[in-house]
Amino acid sequence: MTNDIIILPLIVHLFLSILLMFFWNKLNFQKIVSVVGNAMALGVAIWVFTYVYSSGTQVVESGDWPAPFGIVFVGDMLAVTLVLLTAITGFAVSIFSTISVIKARLKFGYFSVFHFLLLGLNGAFLTGDIFNLYVWFEIIIISSFVLISIGGEKSQLEGAVKYFALNFFASMIFLTALGVLYGLVGTLNMADISLKIAEVKDTTLVEISAVLFLVGFGIKSAIFPLYFWLPASYHTPPSAVSAIFAGLLTKVGVYALIRIFTLIYGGDSFLTILLLTLAIMTIFSGGLGAIIQNNIKKVFMYFIICHIGFMIGGLALFTEVAMAGVIFYLIHDIIIKTNLFLISGLIYRIKGTTNMKKLGGLYEHYPKLSLLIAIPLFSLIGIPPLSGYWPKISLILASFNAQEYWFFGALIFGSLITLIVIAKLWSEVFWKNQPEINFPEKFIYFNQLRFGQKLTFIFPIAFLTFVTLYIGFGAEHIQQLSERIATELMNKELYIDAVLKR
Amino acid sequence: MRTIILKSASSYLLPVLLLFSVFILLRGHYLPGGGFVGGLVAAIAFVLDAFSNGLDKAKKILKFHPGFLMPVGLSVAFLSGISPLVFADLPMMTGIWAENPIPVIGAIGSPLFFDIGVYLVVIGSSLTIIFTISESL
Repeated sequence: MTNDIIILPLIVHLFLSILLMFFWNKLNFQKIVSVVGNAMALGVAIWVFTYVYSSGTQVVESGDWPAPFGIVFVGDMLAVTLVLLTAITGFAVSIFSTISVIKARLKFGYFSVFHFLLLGLNGAFLTGDIFNLYVWFEIIIISSFVLISIGGEKSQLEGAVKYFALNFFASMIFLTALGVLYGLVGTLNMADISLKIAEVKDTTLVEISAVLFLVGFGIKSAIFPLYFWLPASYHTPPSAVSAIFAGLLTKVGVYALIRIFTLIYGGDSFLTILLLTLAIMTIFSGGLGAIIQNNIKKVFMYFIICHIGFMIGGLALFTEVAMAGVIFYLIHDIIIKTNLFLISGLIYRIKGTTNMKKLGGLYEHYPKLSLLIAIPLFSLIGIPPLSGYWPKISLILASFNAQEYWFFGALIFGSLITLIVIAKLWSEVFWKNQPEINFPEKFIYFNQLRFGQKLTFIFPIAFLTFVTLYIGFGAEHIQQLSERIATELMNKELYIDAVLKR
Repeated sequence: MRTIILKSASSYLLPVLLLFSVFILLRGHYLPGGGFVGGLVAAIAFVLDAFSNGLDKAKKILKFHPGFLMPVGLSVAFLSGISPLVFADLPMMTGIWAENPIPVIGAIGSPLFFDIGVYLVVIGSSLTIIFTISESL
């Protein structure tokens, strides 16, 4: 039983989503169960994390079938860290959902599907079988289709169709890549693939499968030429949904890229050039996209794309320092991007719009709230000693040492653009006087809410800000953790030995 | 669609199809069949009845909303999945089998309950989809 604790996050979320389906019409009960359940899941995730942190990689062979044949769940440090981050963001978003998402949406099983999404995310992080990874991706995209189209507004459905089409296409390419890979090595266990791919003589086919994986995961994680679906769809659903999408859905693609390219296609020179080029282009296009947008949500979406480039580039450098930077950035990014979209939801609730031109005077009317919001915004830029600063040191150092000056330049450009855009956003939204506009009348504004309802908006933001502060001020711990994960990733024998029990 | 032939045939076909779906469900572990196909056959039985006797009568036979079968089936499958963890100290989804097979049904084990769960979910979801679409027509 003790070995099996790494699958507890899966069991908790599966149980919760089934339980919530029984109470389809009882919305208040669903809210309570979801929040309490997410608190429980957070507890379980912390337990799993500390267990794996103290006693090393855990492997569960589901169905009791031995490793290369059955499906294994592998809880290494990277996986359990991401499970913990999923639990933290899931907890925050479930509280935020209770009031901010309207009843017409909640009554179609919002919370149940939300837990299915978290189940899929946890499963994708924990699985050690590449076909099983595909299955978890399917669970993720099916639940996200429901979440993105729930409510059925016209703009929302338009976004959902784009999202659906491209993500489905990505899954198809992923499946094709799987087919090619399986044809080459005849196994689906990632540790076993990693051993057997070294013996394959036909390197062209290996590279083809690698590029197919890159395209499939690239669409999902929104890297350079494949990101157009993201700005077209992420702003349409409610902010709570956008937050979980922004924080975790694109990062699942990054996780899969990290896993595949460290474990299976480690250090291939062709892929290094390809990934690096894509990373630089991603940073440039995301940054330039962010600078021309006037809608806060769209600005944040282009930031997602821009900062994905940081991680992909670090992955391409393929040194331990760079990898530590990537992991640290991933940890920072998941928390901060979720928080940014929650903030945009809060601003929408205060003013009834997220258009920068129509916003203003937030600092004048809500000074404490503005200061709270300032912390994640400054962390995003990477003002020392806040959380964005530390991973950039590792990344810049690694790119300088590897003499990849283009990527070095792109990192600095990306940070600069982030600074400029956030400065613009701050002056437009917080410092500028409120322009004269007609506020929509039929809208429940933030100051009309009761205190408890206000708290459901502010508490998740404060909670995530607190986590961000910890990542910034407790950077030593996070850096140690990232270095440990980087060591585990770069020495893939550790993973293989743990799975195949050699 | 309401011809007398279809109407009289469907009243005989409903029990036969349901019985056949259970047969397919039970033989599914080693032979072609299983919960998914069985569930589809059972759903077809109700859909055929809805075609010939009208949607309201088919709903009356079912007595409850088919959507209710989804969480029920999911919980059956979920319980069968975690039962090895609880009862036998084995990893999740390990098949636990009873020692002696029961006549007619055959060997009983946790995979059978998993299949039953799938069966219920398939009936529930396909009937919910079809009933909802035919209501809106």
